[in-house]
Amino acid sequence: MKRLIDEPIILSRSECEGIVARALRANTADACRVTVNSSYDTNVRFADNQMSTSGISDDASVSITSFVGKRNATVLTNDITDAGLQRAVAQAEALARLAPEDPEQMPELGAQEYAAVPGAWSDRTATLSAAERARAALTALERARGTADLTVAGFITCSASARAIGNSAGLFAFHRSTSANYTLTIRTRDGTGSSWSGADDPDWARIDFGAMAERTVAKSRASRDPQALEPGRYAVIFEPQATADLVGAVRGSFNARASEEGRTAMSKPGGGTKLGERIVDPRVSFVSDPADPQLLTAPFDGDGLPLQRELWVKDGVLQQLAYDRFWAARNGVRPTGNGGGFKMLGGETSLDAMIANAERAILVTRLWYLRPVNARTLVYTGLTRDGTFLVENGRIARSIKNFRFNDSPLILLNNLDALGPSVRTENGSVFPPLKAREFNFTSLSDAV
Amino acid sequence: MTSRREFLASAGLAAGTIALASRQIEAAELRSPILTASTEPDPAVKVLLLEALTAAKLAGASWADARVQRQRRQNLGTREQQVTNVLDTDTIGCGVRVLVDGTWGFSATRQLTAEGVARAARQAVALARANRVARDRQVTLAPSPVHANASWKSSYTVDPWSIPVEEKVALLLRANAEAMKVRNIRFVNSSLSFVKEERSYANSEGSMVAQDVVRSWVTMSSTAISDDRTEVAVRGPEVVQPMGRGWEYVLEANIVGNAPLWAEQAREKLTAKPVEVGRYDLILHPSQLFLTIHESIGHPTELDRAMGYEANYAGTSFIAPPDDVLGKLRLGPDHLTIRGDRSQPNALATIGYDDDGVQPDEFDIVKNGVFWDYQTTREQAEWLRPWYEQNGMPVRSHGCSYAQSWSDVAFQRMPNVSIVPDQQVDRTWDDLIAATDRGIAMIGRASYSIDQQRYNAQFGAQVCYEVRGGKIVGQLKDVAYVMRTSEFWNAIDLIGGKSSYELGGTFNDGKGQPGQSNAVSHGCPPCRFRDVNVLNTGRAL
Repeated sequence: MKRLIDEPIILSRSECEGIVARALRANTADACRVTVNSSYDTNVRFADNQMSTSGISDDASVSITSFVGKRNATVLTNDITDAGLQRAVAQAEALARLAPEDPEQMPELGAQEYAAVPGAWSDRTATLSAAERARAALTALERARGTADLTVAGFITCSASARAIGNSAGLFAFHRSTSANYTLTIRTRDGTGSSWSGADDPDWARIDFGAMAERTVAKSRASRDPQALEPGRYAVIFEPQATADLVGAVRGSFNARASEEGRTAMSKPGGGTKLGERIVDPRVSFVSDPADPQLLTAPFDGDGLPLQRELWVKDGVLQQLAYDRFWAARNGVRPTGNGGGFKMLGGETSLDAMIANAERAILVTRLWYLRPVNARTLVYTGLTRDGTFLVENGRIARSIKNFRFNDSPLILLNNLDALGPSVRTENGSVFPPLKAREFNFTSLSDAV
Repeated sequence: MTSRREFLASAGLAAGTIALASRQIEAAELRSPILTASTEPDPAVKVLLLEALTAAKLAGASWADARVQRQRRQNLGTREQQVTNVLDTDTIGCGVRVLVDGTWGFSATRQLTAEGVARAARQAVALARANRVARDRQVTLAPSPVHANASWKSSYTVDPWSIPVEEKVALLLRANAEAMKVRNIRFVNSSLSFVKEERSYANSEGSMVAQDVVRSWVTMSSTAISDDRTEVAVRGPEVVQPMGRGWEYVLEANIVGNAPLWAEQAREKLTAKPVEVGRYDLILHPSQLFLTIHESIGHPTELDRAMGYEANYAGTSFIAPPDDVLGKLRLGPDHLTIRGDRSQPNALATIGYDDDGVQPDEFDIVKNGVFWDYQTTREQAEWLRPWYEQNGMPVRSHGCSYAQSWSDVAFQRMPNVSIVPDQQVDRTWDDLIAATDRGIAMIGRASYSIDQQRYNAQFGAQVCYEVRGGKIVGQLKDVAYVMRTSEFWNAIDLIGGKSSYELGGTFNDGKGQPGQSNAVSHGCPPCRFRDVNVLNTGRAL
C-alpha cells in the first residue's frame, strides 16, 4: 500500500485486535499475554542559529509473554507478520520452559473495564508536516538570527503512539495518544547568559511558539553577567520545571514492597512504613490519574490492570503505597499498579506573586543532572541551569552563577512557603511552581 | 549521478520484497549462534541498502547512507532465590540519511521492503528540503576512503545467545546464594544483559560494511541491613564492568566466587565512620575513575558540544571555542596523556567502521597535559581543518559517528577515552595506598553529577576506605568529592602503571534529542589526586 509522505503509520484498535488474535492463535502455553506498541515519531533540531538534524521513524513491536506452569518469559519483536508472530510465540514458550519457576507469578487478568481518557489524541499533532515543524522552529530562529547577541538551540518532537494488551483470558486494552514537545535554549553570544523554556501538550496547536520565544529571549538577556553568591541555605522559588526535576523523584519511594523492606524514604527507621504519617507540608498532595486532563496516560498497567485515581499523599499525609498484584495479594490489599502519571496538586500563588512577596530568594528555572545520593533520605545532588536569579525585596535583583545542591525533595516540601498552579511539564508529569525555605546549595559552578 | 539500474547492476543484485533469511533460520535453532563469525552482509540486506540509496539519489540527495540494523537484547533479572525477569527483544529496520543542498534529512522504517525503504529515503529528502529554510553553513564531509566490501566482528568468543537461559539464571542464583550467606545481607539483586547488533551500512560513495557486535554486562547488588533496622548499606550494582565481549567474559568475572567479598563490603559499610568534611588525597580505582574521565574529559571534548549543537539538552563545553583552546588549554601536568580510540580490544565503543563508514583512528585528546584534539565525525572534521593543517595532521574524522539503532540518526558519540599509564614506573593500587599519608581510596561508581559545561562535578563511590600512614584503616560513609575539572586534573600526581590498567565502562550513556544511548569504555590505572574537596552527604529527615 502506498502511503503519503506525512501520513502517520500507527496501528488502529482493530489492527491491534487482529495482531493479538493472530498471536493468541499460535499460543500452546497455559496462558499468553500480547502487548502491541506502535509509534510514529517526527522531530526537528536546531542549534547555532540554524537547522541541524531532523528525523522521522515508524515502528511497531509486539511482545509475547508465555506462561508455562509457574514459569514465564517475554519475547519482543518488530516483525508483525504471521510468521514473525508465530516465531515470537514459539520462542517465548521455549524460553519460558527453560526459565526457573517464578513463585510470584500471578494468573492473567480476565476482561476489564477501563477509564475513558478523552483528549489524549490529536489528529493535528499526528499529521503535522515537516514544513509546519520547520515554520514553528523559525519563530525562535528568526528572532535570534535578527540579533547580534543571541544564539538559539531547540527541539520539536511530535509522537503518535498506540498501545494494546490482550491475553488468553479474554482481556483487551487499547490506548492511543499524541504528544507535541518543544524545548528552547537561548544563549547570549558573549557566553555569559542562557535561558530555557519548555512546553508539552497532546495538541500541537496549543503550544504558543511565538510567546515562548519572546519570553526566552528576554530571560536570556536578563541572565547575562551572573554574579557569584556564597553557597549556603537559601529560600528558593522553583519554576514548575525545577519542581518536576526534584520532586518527581518522590514517586519511586512510594513502592510498597521496597518501603516495607526498609529501602526507601517511606521506610521507618526500625521497621515498618510511614503510611498514615505526615511526611510533608499539609498543602502538599500527590496523585496519579490516567484521566486527569493534564496527565492523560494509558488507563492500564503493563499487565492490563485498570488504573484509577490514586491519592498517594493527601494534605501532607502518606495515604497510599504502590502495590503490584503480587504484593497486594500477599498483603490482602487492592493493587494500585504503577502507571497513571504523577501530579503534584498546585496552589493559588502565581510565580509573579512569589517573587513580589519574597524578601530574598533564589529563582530557579530548572535543575540539571540530578542523581540520588541516598535512597533512605532521598537526598539528590544536581545543579541549577539556564536562568538563576537573586530576588530581593520583591524584584529580580540580578543574575547569579549556578549552584550545585545536595538536598531532599522531602526536606524541601517540609520547608514549603507557597504553591502555584500546576502545569504539565511533560507527558504524564504535572508540577506547580513553589517557594520554600533553606534549600541546601553546596558549591558554585561556572557553567552557563 | 548513477541511475537506479546502474546502481543495482553494479552490485549484481535484483530488487524486490525480501524476507530476512537470518531471522527465520534461527527460530528453529534456539541454542545455536545467530550468525557465524563471517559477517558478510546478507545479500537481501544489500539489496535493501542499495534500494534506499538509489531512491534517495533519485529524489535529489547529493549524498546518502543507509543502515539496516538488527538489534537483539536479552535481560535476565533475579532477586535472592527467584527469577524476576526473562526478556528477549529483537528489532530490525532501516534508517536512511541524506544530504540535500548541504542540509541533513533522516527517516527510518521497520518496513523492510523495497517500497518501504524507498519511501523512507524520499521522506528523508523531503525533510531535508523543509529544513533548508534556516541553514547558513552547508554540511561538508571530510574525505574518507571507500570500504567496498568490509566486515568486522567484536572480540567475543562465545555468543551469549548460544547459552541456554536456565544456565544463565542458575549462575545468578548461585551468586545470590553466596552473598546471602553473609551476615546482615537481606536482599540481593543480580542481572545479565546482552546486546547483539548486526549492523549493515552502505553509502552513496560505494562503501558497504557488515559488522557483528556483542556486549555483555552482569550486575549484582547486595543490601545489608543493621540488626536494629536503622542502617542500610549497598554494594553494587556495578561490581563488574560491562565489556564488548561475550559469555566467556561473564564466566571470567567469577561472580559466585566474588559475591561473598562484595557482600562483606556492604556489611562493613553498616558501621562505617561518617567522613569528616575537608581536603584529602584521593586514590581512585579504575572502577571509579573511569566515570570521572567520562564526564569531565569525555563529554567536554565532543566537538558538537563545544560548537553549541547540544546546548538545548546535554549542554555546551568549557573546552571552547576551539581556536582558543586547541594546543593552549592546560588540563593536567606534563605526565598526563588522555587518548581517544575505538580500537582497544574488549572496549564497549570499539568498532571496525563508524556510522559514517569511517575506520576510526587513535588520537590524543590531552597530550602531555595540554588539550590537543576533539572527538569528530566526517562533518565535524572539516570544522577543524585549519588546526589540522597548521599542525601537519590529516583532515580526517576520528570515526566517532554512531546511532543507537536503525531508527535513530547517527551523530557524534564518545569513543573510548583513556588515560595512558605511566611508562616508567609500574605502580599498583597498593603502591599508591602505601605512598599516601592521609587520604581516601575509592572503589566503584556511585552517585555522579556534573554541570552542562563540565566545570563542577560531584562523585561518590561504592566503597570508600580511609587511608592513614600508608594503610587502609576502615570504611567511611557519606563520602563525595567535589571538583572543578581543570583543578582536579592538574592535581593528579601519581599515575599507576601498565600492569594495573583496567577498563571501566557504561552501557547507557545518554546524549542528543531524541535521546540516544551509547556504550563506551574508559581505561586507566589507579591514580592519586592531591588535596581534593570532600563533602559529607548524610542528612536526617
